[in-house]
Parts: sequence; C-alpha cells; structure tokens
Amino acid sequence: MARELMPDDNFSAMRQSIIDGAPDTASSLAQQAVSAGVAPIDAINHGYVPGMHDVGEQFAKGQMYLPDMMASAEAMRAAMAVLDPELKKLGAERPMSGVVVLGTTKGDIHEIGKILVGTMLTAHGFRVHDLGVDVAGEKFAAKVQELHADIVGVSALLTTTMRNQKGVVDAIEKAGLRPRVKIMVGGAPVTRRWAEEIGADGYAKDAMSAVALARQLMEQKTPAVVEAV
Amino acid sequence: MRMRPKLQLLDKSLIERIVGEAFQLIEDPGVRVAPYVVNLLHDAGITVKDGVAHIPEVLARRLLDLAPRGFCLYDRSGKPAVRYGGDDVHFDPGSSCLNILDPETQQPRPALSGDLVRLVQVAEMLPQFAAQSTAMVCNDVPAEIGDWYRLLLVLWYSEKPIVTGAFSAASLHTLIDLLGIEGGGRAALRQHPRAIFDVCPSPPLNWSEFASQNLVDLARAGVPAEIVSMPLAGATAPVTLAGAVTQHAAECISGITIHQLAQPGSPIVWGGAPAIFDMRSGKTPMGAIETAMLDVACAEVGKFLGLPTHAYMVAGDGRVIDAQVEMESGMSTVLGALAGINMISGAGMLDFLACHSIEKLVIDAEAIASAQRLIEGIDARSDSLAVAMFAQTGLSGDFLKLKETRSLFRKEQHFPSAVIDRGLPTMNSNGDEPGILQRARQRVEELLSAYERHPLPPEREQELITFALREAKASGLEGLPEILRAEYAHESGLL
Repeated sequence: MARELMPDDNFSAMRQSIIDGAPDTASSLAQQAVSAGVAPIDAINHGYVPGMHDVGEQFAKGQMYLPDMMASAEAMRAAMAVLDPELKKLGAERPMSGVVVLGTTKGDIHEIGKILVGTMLTAHGFRVHDLGVDVAGEKFAAKVQELHADIVGVSALLTTTMRNQKGVVDAIEKAGLRPRVKIMVGGAPVTRRWAEEIGADGYAKDAMSAVALARQLMEQKTPAVVEAV
Repeated sequence: MRMRPKLQLLDKSLIERIVGEAFQLIEDPGVRVAPYVVNLLHDAGITVKDGVAHIPEVLARRLLDLAPRGFCLYDRSGKPAVRYGGDDVHFDPGSSCLNILDPETQQPRPALSGDLVRLVQVAEMLPQFAAQSTAMVCNDVPAEIGDWYRLLLVLWYSEKPIVTGAFSAASLHTLIDLLGIEGGGRAALRQHPRAIFDVCPSPPLNWSEFASQNLVDLARAGVPAEIVSMPLAGATAPVTLAGAVTQHAAECISGITIHQLAQPGSPIVWGGAPAIFDMRSGKTPMGAIETAMLDVACAEVGKFLGLPTHAYMVAGDGRVIDAQVEMESGMSTVLGALAGINMISGAGMLDFLACHSIEKLVIDAEAIASAQRLIEGIDARSDSLAVAMFAQTGLSGDFLKLKETRSLFRKEQHFPSAVIDRGLPTMNSNGDEPGILQRARQRVEELLSAYERHPLPPEREQELITFALREAKASGLEGLPEILRAEYAHESGLL
C-alpha cells in the first residue's frame, strides 16, 4: 500500500517540469518518486496531470504556443514511461475515461497535432492507442474492433489528405462498427462543417478542445451501446 | 527605358547558401521516393535505399540545366496566352477548393458544378486572369471522376489556358485525354499545351507514389508540370524562413531531377504554396506576411536557377469577405507582382484555402489590376517631364485642358470597375450606398450576363462529349451536370 502524501513529495516540481517542457527533469523526478515509495498514481494525479492542466489553460489563453505544448507533451511522456510500468507492477490502473484510437489519415505523414491530442487525452484519463501516420481507414476499423474503442480521432494536416478522413468514416461504417464508436476529426484545414459533411461526430480545433469533445462524445454514448461494447 | 519595379528579399550570397544546402539535403538525408521511379533513378546512377533517393549535386545540376527556361501555354485558338519565364506575371483563380461562400447567404457550403461554371464564366470575362483554374471540387459529381469533370467544365466554358491537376495517378491520363481531344490530338497538345498540371510533394522531401507518377507521366506526355512544394515553416519544415525556402528548393530540385530524367527538356515550373505554421492555432495562414515572404523568396531562388516560377498568393484567411481578407489578399497580390512570379494562383480563396468566393474573385481582380499597373512602373512619356506642360499653363494650374492630359491620362491611370468606390454615384434603387459586397455581387451578375460561350468545332465537341458521357456512365453518372443537353446534343447526334 502506498504511504500517505507528504509535503515534500516534489509534486510542485513535477508540475513545473511539465510546464517547463523538461523531459529529463520529469523522468528523473518520477524515478525519485518511485524510489521514495510515492504511489505512481499520486505522482501522476498530483504532479504531472496538474502540469498538463496548467499548460492547456495557458495555451487556451494564448500564453503558451504549440512548440511549448510539444515540449510539455514530451515531458509527460517521459514521466509516464517511468510511472506506467510501476502502475502495472502494482496491478493498478488509472481510472479510465474511454479508449481512443488516434491516427493521421492515409497519405499524410504529419503528427504534431495528433501527438498533442493524444497527450492531452492521456493526461485526462483516456487510454490512447496511436496508430501513427499514413493510416488507411481499414486499419482504424481493425483497431477499433480489437480494442473495443469508444472514440476514433483522425488527423490531417493538408487539404489534399483531409479528404481521406471520409475514407476512415466509410471504413468504420463498412466494418459495421459505426453505431458503437464516435469519430472526431481535426487538423489545420479541417472545419466543423467538413466534419458534419463526412458524417463524423465532432470536430476539435486544438488539443484542449479535443479533450472536451471526447468527454462530450463519451456522454453521448448510450448505456446500451456501452454495454454492447 | 522604363524601370520595372521589383522586390528582392534575398541577396546573392544567401541565395547561394540556400541552393548549396538544398543540394546537400537531396543527397543527405535524401528524398523519399515511390517505387514507380526507383528504376528510373537507379538507371541514372542515383542510389535509392529503403525508399530514399540520395541525389548527387552534379547530376541534379545537369538535369536542372535541361529544364526549359521558359515556355508558353496557349488559348483554345492556339495563340500563346501565358508566358512562363523571365519576370512575366500572370494570375489565375485558386484551385481545388471544397467549399464556396454561397452568393446569397455568404455562408460556406460544399461547392457544386454550377458554382464552378459561374466562377469560370466570371474569370473568363476578367482580363486580369490570364488563365483559368479547375477551381473547385464539384460535390455533385462522384468523387472518382471529380478531377477530370472539373476540367471538362473549364474546357467547355473557357478559351483561356488552364492550371489544373489530377487527384490520382490513374486519372491523370483521363485529364490528358480530354485535353488531347479538345486540342486536336496528343501531338498538338504537346506542341501547344493549353494546361499545366500542379504536382505536390509531401513535406518534408517526399515524392509520394501519386506525385512521382504524375511527374513522370506528365514529362513523357510533354504536358507542362508545376511543382507545388508546400513546406509549413515550423511544422513540416524548419521554422526559419530561410530554412523553409531551402527545403522548398530541395523539393523542387528533386522533383525536377525525376521529371527531367523521365523526359529531358519537358516543361516544368518552380512553384509552391509554402506557409508559416501558426504556433497558436496550428493553422497555415496564407495571408500572413511571412507566407508572402516565403513565396517571394522561393521564387527568387527559382529565378536564380533560371526557371519559370509559380506561387500561391492573393488568398486571405478570414472566413467572410471583410477587411482582413482583402487586406491580406491585396498585400500578397502586390508582393507577388513585384517579385515577378510567372503564375500567381489563389485569387478568390479565403479561410485558409478552404473556401472560394466568386464575389471575392472580382474584388481580387481589382487588386490584381492595381498590381499590374504598379509593375508597369513610371514612364517619362516625353522629353520634358513637366516643363513643357508648365510652358502652356503657367501658374494657372489648368492642366485638365491640355492635349497631353487627354492623350496620356488613360496610359497613366488605371480605372477600376464599380467594385471600387471612387466617389462616383453608386446609389442603388433603394437609395442606399452599396457596400463592397453588394458592389461585388452586382459586378458578378453583370459579368455573367455579358458572358457568351464560344462552342468548340462541332467534331471536337462531339468527341469530347462522347468521351465524357462514356467515362461518366462508367462511374454511375447519368448525363453531364452543368453541360446543358441542348448545348451538345445537336452536334453529337445524341438527341
């Protein structure tokens, strides 16, 4: 059993390491926490996640920029690389908000936005499976099937590849998975109207609004659908 | 001799550094290429390992030298109408847009074939546009025939040269077939090309299967290709403008290498749609001044290498026709013209290239006309600049009466259309002063009323329609949207 929280558990330093976008510091603080017997879930929930919250808020206010967010995401990943195996060892898991399959659409090799969305979703309790870049619709569908995913997130950076987001919607439809999975789209050229046009369930303009959208989509999932999954 | 006003952002030493590093990049880390071109590159002695070509500078330079310094696009009658090369400047509407600002509601909606036809007819009437473009994706025709159907509509309603592009490797040949039919055969098309095809590498340094194949097939067909390299500074390219221009150069040089290996001497253009990556929104603002700077600088590098140039400018980022959109569009229009870019695409577009507007197109045409006047520069016109005229008027200030005034004012001054408020009475029937949007709408209607379609020779029209009907039917489309049956049925015997 993890010991009680102590004032010197370095939570504020962990939080700051995320805000500073310092992966080495974040990783080293995580290792120190593990050595000191701090419960990994406490380090995550009281140290690193509040850091990501701060980053998200500052980004929304225009006080942080995308390169800052990328660095914070990197720091978060470094901390989680230490803490996730520790959680598993303890047989513990973070309370999960939903399962998300993410990827950049076929023909598109860009992933900055997708990485940010994945990081923010992870920080907010979603279990994210990132398929990477240049992903065909059928691959999205197969992963949804395999993981019983709740949400699919499809990113595209270019107007030319944005059109392939429809291919993902179609592939999921074709696989008979559409009733049980929500689809959200994003990327520089993507608009709410485009999302509606291709039959997606939502559009998020940035990583923070992707979290809000994902939560909203989870609420929309009917209990019957959730049970079926 | 009149001085041609010019904008120069890079000095010679910086251009040489850009070109030098671009040659380094295409060798190491190299350029990702598709299987379609691997043998072609291998045969030329280029190492291709794990899908990445490592192109030696010496070979790339030799192939750059084979690319033509200039060439023409021809109108339907076979007259040269666009000259790529040197500092000639032409404009065409932006292309391949998915949405249009509805003329009535001014809200974006998916573009339909009727919208494309209206845009083509308006652009046909405006001398500011030397070329048409396949401006919109028509959402009312099946996606698999979307690219050639746009071209069919432009060929049907326009006589101007066309900036176009294919959506897939396979459909390129249908587009070339259409052009061949319209132009009197493949040989005639090669001799007097009416269209140029945009081909886009994927940043950074990646010639996809589709793009690689388009480059090679266009070269072999003798149809001009226009590289549209689009580094996004800070996201898919170095954040510095100089770094992004270097990547653009590397993408263009590698594309030209593939293209010239396929068919030496085939016409190709150093073009692009570079942009900065906005670090707050993640959008790619076409109206940002840094985006215009990238366009100008990329063209300077192309000119340094002696190649014809293209850029994507005249587009704004606001979502409606407003002061922001027109400020952005006007600025980049002027900068593009001053840079002497041969083909400047983008007029009519807004919302980060996501939306077209015919009303914006006619407003942009006014900015283009002003820019065209600007680059004409200032001409002395006579031996005496002012003294001879003062000799006639003395200090009376009565220049309006002079014969010189009457004979020269049309050369000196550009007269905009009624889209621009120059203080002439513009009141409408309600007694209101129309705003810019109303004036633009009125202009669009006037141009559409004055438009008259010029049919093709009957045998070509018949062949074109027969071909299009066959291809359309194969995709499950009955009839040809926006081509009135009455317009072709008689000639084609299809009534």
